[in-house]
Amino acid sequence: MGANCFGAAFIAAVLAVGTGVADAKTFRYSTTGDILGLDPYTNNEGPTNTMKSNIYEGLIHRSYDLSLSPGLATEWTQVDPLTWEFTLRQGVKFHNGNDFTADDVLVSYERIKQPASNMTFVVASIDKVEKVDDYKVRIVTKYPDPTLLLNMPNFWIMDKEWLEANNAMDIAEGASVSTYANLNTNGTGPFKVVEWQPDTQVVLEPNADWWGEPQHNLTQAIFKPIGNDATRVAALLSGEIDLMYPVPLQDIPRVNDDPTSTVMEGPELRTIFLGFDQHRDELMDMPGSGKNPFKDVRVRKAFYQAIDINLIQKRVMRGASRPAGLMIAPGINGYPKDLDVRFPYDPEASKQLLAEAGYPDGFPVTLDCPNDRYVNDEEICKAVVPMLKRVGIDIKLNAQTKSLHFQKIGRSGTPWETSFFMLGWTPGSYDAHNPLMQLMTVDGEGQGTWNSGRFSHPRVEELTDMIAGETDVDKRNAMIAEAMEIHRDQVGHITLHQQALAWGVRSDTVADVKQRPQNDVDLRYVTMK
Amino acid sequence: MADSKTIEKPIVEEHMGLFARIGDSFRRFLDGDIFYSFIHSPITVIAFVVTVICFVLAAFAPWLAPHNTNDIATLLLDNAELPPFWSSYTASWGEELHGRTEFLLGTDPDGRDVLSGIIFGMQVSLIVGFGSVILAMAIGITLGLISGYIGGKTDSVIMRIADIQLSFPAILVALLLFGGIKSVLPPAERQDLAIWVLILAIGVSNWVQFARTVRGSTMVEKSKEYVQAARVIGLHPILIMIRHVLPNVMGPVLVIATINLALAIITEATLSFLGVGVPPTEPSLGTLIRVGQQYLFSGFWWMTIFPALALVVLALSVNLLGDWLRDALNPKLR
Amino acid sequence: MIAFIIRRLLQSLLVMGTVAFIAFSLFNFVGDPVNNMVGQEATEAEREYIRQLLGLDQPFYIQFMRFVGNVLQGDFGQSYRLGQPVLNVLGDRVPATLELVFVAAVMALVIGVPMGVYTGLKRYAISSKLMLTISLIGVSLPTFVIGIMLILVFSVWLNWLPSFGRGQTVNVGWDSNLFSLEGWKSMIMPAITLCLFQLTLVMRLVRAEMLEVLRTDYVKFARARGLSNRAVHFGHALKNTLMPVITITGLQVGGLIAFAIITETVFQWPGMGLLFLQAIQFVDIPVMATYLLLVALVFVIINLIVDMTYYFVDPRLRTEGKGGGH
Repeated sequence: MGANCFGAAFIAAVLAVGTGVADAKTFRYSTTGDILGLDPYTNNEGPTNTMKSNIYEGLIHRSYDLSLSPGLATEWTQVDPLTWEFTLRQGVKFHNGNDFTADDVLVSYERIKQPASNMTFVVASIDKVEKVDDYKVRIVTKYPDPTLLLNMPNFWIMDKEWLEANNAMDIAEGASVSTYANLNTNGTGPFKVVEWQPDTQVVLEPNADWWGEPQHNLTQAIFKPIGNDATRVAALLSGEIDLMYPVPLQDIPRVNDDPTSTVMEGPELRTIFLGFDQHRDELMDMPGSGKNPFKDVRVRKAFYQAIDINLIQKRVMRGASRPAGLMIAPGINGYPKDLDVRFPYDPEASKQLLAEAGYPDGFPVTLDCPNDRYVNDEEICKAVVPMLKRVGIDIKLNAQTKSLHFQKIGRSGTPWETSFFMLGWTPGSYDAHNPLMQLMTVDGEGQGTWNSGRFSHPRVEELTDMIAGETDVDKRNAMIAEAMEIHRDQVGHITLHQQALAWGVRSDTVADVKQRPQNDVDLRYVTMK
Repeated sequence: MADSKTIEKPIVEEHMGLFARIGDSFRRFLDGDIFYSFIHSPITVIAFVVTVICFVLAAFAPWLAPHNTNDIATLLLDNAELPPFWSSYTASWGEELHGRTEFLLGTDPDGRDVLSGIIFGMQVSLIVGFGSVILAMAIGITLGLISGYIGGKTDSVIMRIADIQLSFPAILVALLLFGGIKSVLPPAERQDLAIWVLILAIGVSNWVQFARTVRGSTMVEKSKEYVQAARVIGLHPILIMIRHVLPNVMGPVLVIATINLALAIITEATLSFLGVGVPPTEPSLGTLIRVGQQYLFSGFWWMTIFPALALVVLALSVNLLGDWLRDALNPKLR
Repeated sequence: MIAFIIRRLLQSLLVMGTVAFIAFSLFNFVGDPVNNMVGQEATEAEREYIRQLLGLDQPFYIQFMRFVGNVLQGDFGQSYRLGQPVLNVLGDRVPATLELVFVAAVMALVIGVPMGVYTGLKRYAISSKLMLTISLIGVSLPTFVIGIMLILVFSVWLNWLPSFGRGQTVNVGWDSNLFSLEGWKSMIMPAITLCLFQLTLVMRLVRAEMLEVLRTDYVKFARARGLSNRAVHFGHALKNTLMPVITITGLQVGGLIAFAIITETVFQWPGMGLLFLQAIQFVDIPVMATYLLLVALVFVIINLIVDMTYYFVDPRLRTEGKGGGH
């Protein structure tokens, strides 16, 4: 279902690679919010990370199709289960003209693992980074880490001399004190920042001295955040910007009808799901009852089967979603395709299950839902509520802004103050271990931060620990599949769908742009007419 | 016997007097300038009729609305986004969607009948509007009377508080208060109480105007001889204020109340645009507009235009009544 | 006189202190800033570290004391969202909002006063009644609906005006929209959206004042002296009307700044209001606090000016201290 909706909708791909570009080509693009800062190690957030990856580079580059290719390292080899050697690219210069060497990698490692860094997860498994010579470094991990390479693209390399000269070595958390590095940039990437006017624009221009062969033909790129959905659509239709995302799903036909605009759709890696409180002995919505129905797998399954995901896909998501049976999307490392099957929509079975579990007349519960985080999040919840109501659940909807929603369902303050909630997840490392650790287990240091319903199964806990250090790909994938299957059959969460990307593009100005599943615009791949 | 008569008589007389007084004032009203100016202002008459219709629709929504949209179990996604009964369009998945007489003004993205949604939404908007105005009035009159009557330190403290309140624009106060109050409620109750929290937030943010008006009038009345006399014969100050001062300030208070009613309804709508307010499963007019406006560019105009029209008509009528009342109660303009 | 000003200034400081205190007590309820800052992968230990770094683990009154302490040293803190000093961030936004508010206020006066005079003079004319009724529509529709309708018509359908932002600005000491055609094109829709409410207010106020002034002995006497209608209306009546109108308009500037939040959000106008709303969504406490202080300051200053004007103009008030409000 929905595969045909995801036909690669790339617009006429006329690559202008290598052709001399004389005329000015300015690319103006927009999304919902401004970047949160330019320091590569603070603010681990979508649009901010994308902006940084135009400016800074890692040892390895992640291409638009998620494949890994050489970045600042030209090659890498695994010496033993714990040790990797990276050969660095020679002749690379930072934007200020400084040479890139092994010392920069070492300093970047020291900086990224500071407590105030938000990117420590990228280097969490690394024990030390050693310099072999000026153009070779050795990375030693604490345990065999099969995902090390997957994390490397987000380990952006900074310039040692620049950091020292500007006294920017310490990350004061982007918020408490502003550091030089948050307002200024000096990377090796294909673009340089000319100006950042908060909430108005970020102006970039190509780095003429970049080591690679540019695939873009831009002379300037301007990022202009527009928060209001309707205004952003209007700006595209009136030609004030060349690309914007996301297009509100209901406006896709409107944009496609416009002779000079078109919508690119594609799959995204984020899985949207609903979770239940499976920990409290008494459900928060049933004070005095001493019961928590969600501890019973039959109740969880009854909720699952009461939701008509295909109708939501057709009406709420307008076809721009892929109903999901698992907590990870195709494209995530370890994805077991055969298991990605949903329980069927069956409200009668649902009523039956509720009756068997001892709740023939349902019970009261509140669904916590964000209203400005995911594509049509509030609309999905508004569609789910009547469906559950029809099988007898006395359900209420609490839809609120993301700051309040995540505070409520999160771990801080009163932890996990929710009975039934919506959450979406893209694994930061593009590997299945990440959601297992963050969402599906509770046992262990740093585990289960967003497992707000505290689903826990002894075998899944065990498997997750084993997966972390297993380097044999086949064995590892088998373990991932087993864990995913248990979680699915236990209805640890109700998986809903992977939302689709929807970018609005001006067809009269943009020749080609590559849509990445992490929903961001990499300027490396933008060509203009 | 004689004794009991002498005791009963004044009570009866007082009652008779009360009825007579009411009847009398009603007759005076019909003969009087106010009724005259009302009946001779067609716009006001229309506004009055429209307002009454809105009130009736809101009050009897469960019986008058074609669908009970507050029963969310009845909302079917298959009925979503239908156009008004006279039109049709092609949906994004290629199906031709025709309007149905069952849903006269079409349906919204949840499958809610727009007409019924408006009627129930009007109910919510009016509850919020009336509730917050009554609250603002109660706070404002009380503080205004105290401030004006007692004066001195009490007065300046209250007026300073009013200043602080004014330096937070009403919409900001309501925004912050809503979050604040809501988060201290027990989680199981929050959704049910949201509407009362909204009333509290909007009400508390609007009391200053009432207080200032009442304070001014109270200060004037206080110095008059009859109040001095009442005080001399030992009447309790609260009694003096309620019996003698209050009736004299009711005119301006009524005018402010009417205009604030319209304002509160608009404020509720604006707050819902900022993502704050009643749960979206029981939408107010403002929530309907907020949700609908996201579909304006895609051509589903009926989801915004009809609720917006209803809101304009309601607010405009109330405003017009307030306008007329202001002129009618202003003796200088007669 | 000096004693009066000093007393008022002290009171104003008290007002602002209270504003900040109340604001801080409410910030806890807006949400958790840490989650917005660190992203999904951060461990609880890392979150706790950031929370301590920002002092968010302290009770609100300690956070408040610290904020006040820093403010007294001229340090308004760093924006959580943008990682820049609040004063820098706000500094860029103040001109954008003030220009918008200024243009809206001027529009409200320039259009509202003549309409008010007209409806005041021709009290019984159908055209007056029509004007009064239509002007009410402006206050009977939420600002955001008006803004979106304008964008739909003038940007999407007609493609005449830009739908968002300030467009091309000219630097005249600050970035200004007032000195270029492009700037005005960007300004016009937000300004109209913002001014409608004030316009209605000004028009009604002028009308009411006109009606009252026209009844005064002073005007009747002028008429009796045989002065022309024109001289009476504009020389005597209007002149006496304008003082309260300007006062109220001044006092309403605070309201305009508040409503700019909505207008700026709809038009992505990079002013203080947009900044504040984004600060709420992100729980950017330093920005919220500074914004509220700034709004309070504007209000306090305007109030002070108004009070002082009254003090000079009307000696009767010198004993009473302050004038009652509208």
